Amino acid sequence: MEKEFKMKKWIVAAAALAVGVGLLTASASAAKLKACWLYVGPVGDGGYTYQHDLGRKEVEKELGDKVETKYLENVAEGPDAERAIERFAREGCKIVFTTSFGFMDATIKVAKKYPKVFFEHATGYKQAKNVATYNARFYEGRYVMGEIAAKMSKTGVAGYIVSFPIPEVVMGINSFMLGAQSVNPNFKVKIVWVNSWYDPGKESDAAKVLFGQGADIMVQHTDSTAPLQIAQEQGKLGFGQSSDMIKFAPKAQLTANTDSWGGYYVQEVKKVLAGTWKSQDTWGGMAQGMVVLSPFTNMPDAVKAMAEKSVADIKAGTLLPFAGPITKQDGTVVGEKGKSLSDKDLNSMNWYVKGIDDKLPQ
Amino acid sequence: MQDHGELLSIILTIITASTPLLLAAIGELVVERSGVLNLGVEGMMAVGAVCGFGTALIFGPYVGIFAAIAAGVLLSLLFAFLTLSLVSNQVATGLALTLLGLGISGLIGVGYVGQPGAKLAHIYIPLLSDIPWLGPIFFGQDVLVYFSLALTAAVGYVLFRTKLGLVIRAVGDSHQSAHALGYGVIPVRYACVAFGGGCAGLAGGYLSMAYTPQWVENMTAGRGWIALALVVFASWLPKRVAIGAYLFGMVSILGLAVQTKGLGIPSQLLTSLPYIVTIVALVIISGNRALTRANTPACLGQPFVPDR
Repeated sequence: MEKEFKMKKWIVAAAALAVGVGLLTASASAAKLKACWLYVGPVGDGGYTYQHDLGRKEVEKELGDKVETKYLENVAEGPDAERAIERFAREGCKIVFTTSFGFMDATIKVAKKYPKVFFEHATGYKQAKNVATYNARFYEGRYVMGEIAAKMSKTGVAGYIVSFPIPEVVMGINSFMLGAQSVNPNFKVKIVWVNSWYDPGKESDAAKVLFGQGADIMVQHTDSTAPLQIAQEQGKLGFGQSSDMIKFAPKAQLTANTDSWGGYYVQEVKKVLAGTWKSQDTWGGMAQGMVVLSPFTNMPDAVKAMAEKSVADIKAGTLLPFAGPITKQDGTVVGEKGKSLSDKDLNSMNWYVKGIDDKLPQ
Repeated sequence: MQDHGELLSIILTIITASTPLLLAAIGELVVERSGVLNLGVEGMMAVGAVCGFGTALIFGPYVGIFAAIAAGVLLSLLFAFLTLSLVSNQVATGLALTLLGLGISGLIGVGYVGQPGAKLAHIYIPLLSDIPWLGPIFFGQDVLVYFSLALTAAVGYVLFRTKLGLVIRAVGDSHQSAHALGYGVIPVRYACVAFGGGCAGLAGGYLSMAYTPQWVENMTAGRGWIALALVVFASWLPKRVAIGAYLFGMVSILGLAVQTKGLGIPSQLLTSLPYIVTIVALVIISGNRALTRANTPACLGQPFVPDR
């Protein structure tokens, strides 16, 4: 009898302890703001998703005792995304960052169901009361890369490896070319579409082919380090994409056009903490620190000085990559003198500037 | 590497692009000849890639090659145990093996992301490698290029010219008869599956140590599936697998090269062309239906439980 009684006491005690611990952890997490990230790729891609995750880690570092961060990686665009976002909302995330273009509709849909949760969608264009959008002006970096390429190239030809013909990518090619033409009006670019964001093998094939065709500088709008490695191997030059790839090509990388989301994420999470978060559309560039060119290497001081000046001018707003008038490939002219094309024009860009020989896939 | 002309650089690129396909496909060919369908090639490649890469960082790429093979063999033995000893469904287990391999490789490789790897050197034979054109093509590749071709020839020889090959094919064509004749169906299949795993692991290692010396998740990018398809469309003949792999490599590289010529061919079409051309070509050379049927392992994918 006594034994049984003791047993019961133990169980009660254990239950009480469990409840107590549960309460404790519940109160601890209630005090912390939950910020959550949804990634399309693996955090180990060393490129796009990796950079977003660096941003998340920066939030953790800066606001460590006030926030708790969570992330889901490798989430396919589509129904999976919707489920994942909804799970975040149910689990008590106060702010959810969905970091791929294809998460757009899923984000909007879940946001309607959870009006008290704030959502931020990267690279999209649909907003709502609790859905903000954000993106970076990567083309600013590409303009400077164009200038550098035109100065450094001996053959006057750059190879350009690209993924898909979306405005973001087309904008990058045009900006690169405008930068290059500002230095050498006859500069040429050879473009290869690999129809993938991420296929190291194919990207390296494309680089080898382009170098074989006379290009001596490699530009990429795909995510792997393979093209730069080929440049290094063949004693040619190139630019890194998304993150600093200097380790893979210490003798070949001129600079890398890197995404830097940390500052923005910290700022947005702080706004939630302060209760001042509002839906908005942020399209930040070098001036906001969202686009950062990694250190200029493998070039003479004069070229470096030119590049640094261009970066300063873009930050100051005195150098506009898409300042009119711009002649399109078909000969028509757009833009007003001294004024940049509007954000709307940029975001729907489906034409090449004059001087590009490729035919844009429509 | 010195500057090559356009055509030569294209040829060299084709060889590198075709080699991993050939390695993976020739292994799977032996597996399927023994009557087992292992759809886990992609997963075994991924694990081979990461294990090879990690080992190469410490001991250099030549040791890395063996680590890649070992990793592929280990994973394939898991498949063999499940499908041959426990008689689980081969298709489902193979698919699971792909998922498992991709997942595990990501886990093992966390620390390797963003690290430049050790590259397998190209061989250099004085005088011979310096011959213009022929030198770089025939005497200036990495060892695995030659190995893949030698392996293809060896597999062809063993399968069709030796008793061992006869036993493997008998097991794949009619496991009951082979069993009745006293051949160990299960041990033969274990060995073939392990061989295929080793080849797939090696193909993965080729990606992470020779093709693009780096490790990133999902770097196999579907090459395992292409290898699987090649085996079927080549009607399980080693020579045709080699033709298919090189044809696939050739058309994909030419597709890239053609883009800069301003012909206005949609790049999406060029991207799908390797698949179309390879399938059409292999279907045409397999025009002889009777021959194709004769070469299809009759027991492919069927479980074998010896009656007692």
